[in-house]
Amino acid sequence: MTDQATSTPIGAPRLAGVRGTLEPTHLSPETVDEARRLIALYPEPRSALIPLCHLAQEQDGWLTPEAMVDIGALVGVTPTEVLGTASFYDMLHTDPVGTHVVAVCTNIACLLGGAAELLEHAESSLGVNAGGTTADGAITLEEAECLADCDRPPCVQVNHRFVGAQTPDSFDALMAELRAGSRSADIPPHGTLNRVKRTTGLVADPERVAAERAAMAEAQAARAAEAEAAKAAAGSGSAGGGGS
Amino acid sequence: MAITDPPKIVTSRLEHADSHTLERYLATGGYEGLRKALTMTPEAVAAEVDAASLLGRGGAGFPAGRKWAMLRKNPVTYLVVNGDESEPATFKDHLLVERDPHQLIEGVVIAAYALQVTRVFIFIRGEFALGLERVQAALNDAYSHGAVGADIFGSGFSVDVVVHPGAGAYICGEETALLESLEGKRGFPRIKPPFFPAAIGLYGEPTVVNNVETMSNLPWIVANGGAAFAALGEGRSTGTRLFALAGHVNNPGVFELEMVKTTFNDLINAPVLGGGIPHGRALKAFIPGGVSAPWFGPDQIDLPLGQDEVAAAGSMLGSGSIVVMDDHTCAVRAAWRITKFFSRESCGQCTPCREGSGWLEKIMERIETGQGREEDLDLLLDACDNIAPGLTWPPQQTTICVLGPSIPSSIGSAIDMFRDEFLVHIKEGGCPYE
Repeated sequence: MTDQATSTPIGAPRLAGVRGTLEPTHLSPETVDEARRLIALYPEPRSALIPLCHLAQEQDGWLTPEAMVDIGALVGVTPTEVLGTASFYDMLHTDPVGTHVVAVCTNIACLLGGAAELLEHAESSLGVNAGGTTADGAITLEEAECLADCDRPPCVQVNHRFVGAQTPDSFDALMAELRAGSRSADIPPHGTLNRVKRTTGLVADPERVAAERAAMAEAQAARAAEAEAAKAAAGSGSAGGGGS
Repeated sequence: MAITDPPKIVTSRLEHADSHTLERYLATGGYEGLRKALTMTPEAVAAEVDAASLLGRGGAGFPAGRKWAMLRKNPVTYLVVNGDESEPATFKDHLLVERDPHQLIEGVVIAAYALQVTRVFIFIRGEFALGLERVQAALNDAYSHGAVGADIFGSGFSVDVVVHPGAGAYICGEETALLESLEGKRGFPRIKPPFFPAAIGLYGEPTVVNNVETMSNLPWIVANGGAAFAALGEGRSTGTRLFALAGHVNNPGVFELEMVKTTFNDLINAPVLGGGIPHGRALKAFIPGGVSAPWFGPDQIDLPLGQDEVAAAGSMLGSGSIVVMDDHTCAVRAAWRITKFFSRESCGQCTPCREGSGWLEKIMERIETGQGREEDLDLLLDACDNIAPGLTWPPQQTTICVLGPSIPSSIGSAIDMFRDEFLVHIKEGGCPYE
């Protein structure tokens, strides 16, 4: 697991030696099926790029170069465009991360609630700086920006699940539970974001929707014309009354 | 001013532990607003929202009805719901997506009907894993219930709704950046004009982007009428609003309050609301509407919670989040942390924001850690002036979006209100609060 803790050296091309393909070869058939279901929800395949990155992280725990090649093939862009997009987003990890990504928010509300002290404790207790992964590959520690759980400071998330305000002691106990696997029911491994899958595809057929909208637009125009005519009639009535 | 007892418009179900389920939703009047809307004409539904004078709850406070009126009637139009709640200390949409997802979906379908859009996307912040699960589960149930999809409740109106996860970027709360992200790209805000996605939005088609809380108000507005909503609050700030209270208070949380009728003092100190400042300490300052807003001191605590009232006093109600700082808080450290946030979250397109935020953060860090120089104060203000010339409020725009010009607010406020504290840091070579 030592390679879990290492990362691509700065400046090293992440996609070096990886060739683009037209058909996915790395993602599992189940993942590819789910990916195609997601793509079908959007007018343009590229819109599914970020959901597909989440899906790839669900399979691999992080966003591997091979997965980025597959995603490119699935949505019709180059692997470099996938990387170029993914690298913008904090949740998409183009380097390996631990099974549990532990995010400690230190933004203003949490700062006032002792977050800096909690992060300091977490760093010394885990033996890594924020951004680092423990040697056993179990935990990656992150200093996070506001996670919108500000009434429970300092706010901590594990794999994007809120775990409530933490003290140094409760934090250590939580880390022990994560390592022991006793929280796996409510905290899935890193990468699994949404365990509830969409049960239907698109059911509002585009032609039907187009026909409904056209009919409604016509009815609306007719109502507007009628209202206009009524207004004009009322207007000319009163003008006529005033003039006579 | 007083704490009024208005009807709970968006938080009525939160007392129930199962408020997120279809069963509870139906048992508490759920989808009645949508059923009523579908018997009305779309323009009548839009007229109710106009009559409610519902101001957008995302932060800019633009009237929803007017935004809707700008939507060009093209064959293809989209409704996009902004659930990328990332403004520091704002946590109201978090509550709504996790605890009442059906209310959001009902509001969304009402808006889709009023606007006659062809498809809806609900963009939810990626960090809301439970929220994503709750909204997706609710959407699956809503499809089965006939409230979303083909021929909704037998009305002859059909629309599909798609839940879209974000991937962690504050800037995607900016509506044009959100649309870029939804198109599968980096979250770079688009150059204006066009100023509104109603002209050119998702895939270049006319698009309305509305906030989660704005949508969540619609079922009540349709069921009870726009006039009933407009009767609450005062002036332009109608209805109730969710206020997220955080920082040094005994009882932080999200409170649904009638606009304007309640003051910051009530919110912070009333036993049924914030419950006062812990440890018997005094108020030092508070941020009235998200970290982009200039700070207020104790002398402004009696201001009402109204959009125009706060704007007239030189700040903004913004996203409705209030951060309270007690008198043991280091103003330099607080402003430094906020600046660090903007520096991390700048998308990097525009020089004043990308470079300016980094400069400001480094200067703030060195002052807080005892390496500051007296001329740093002028340097800070000069750099701020380059990002938002004149340091006026509302700020002058030098960048594509408003993130850049929001950066100087906290530093400007901190220097304005607590200049002596900066000087003590510099003279004593460290933070006096440590």
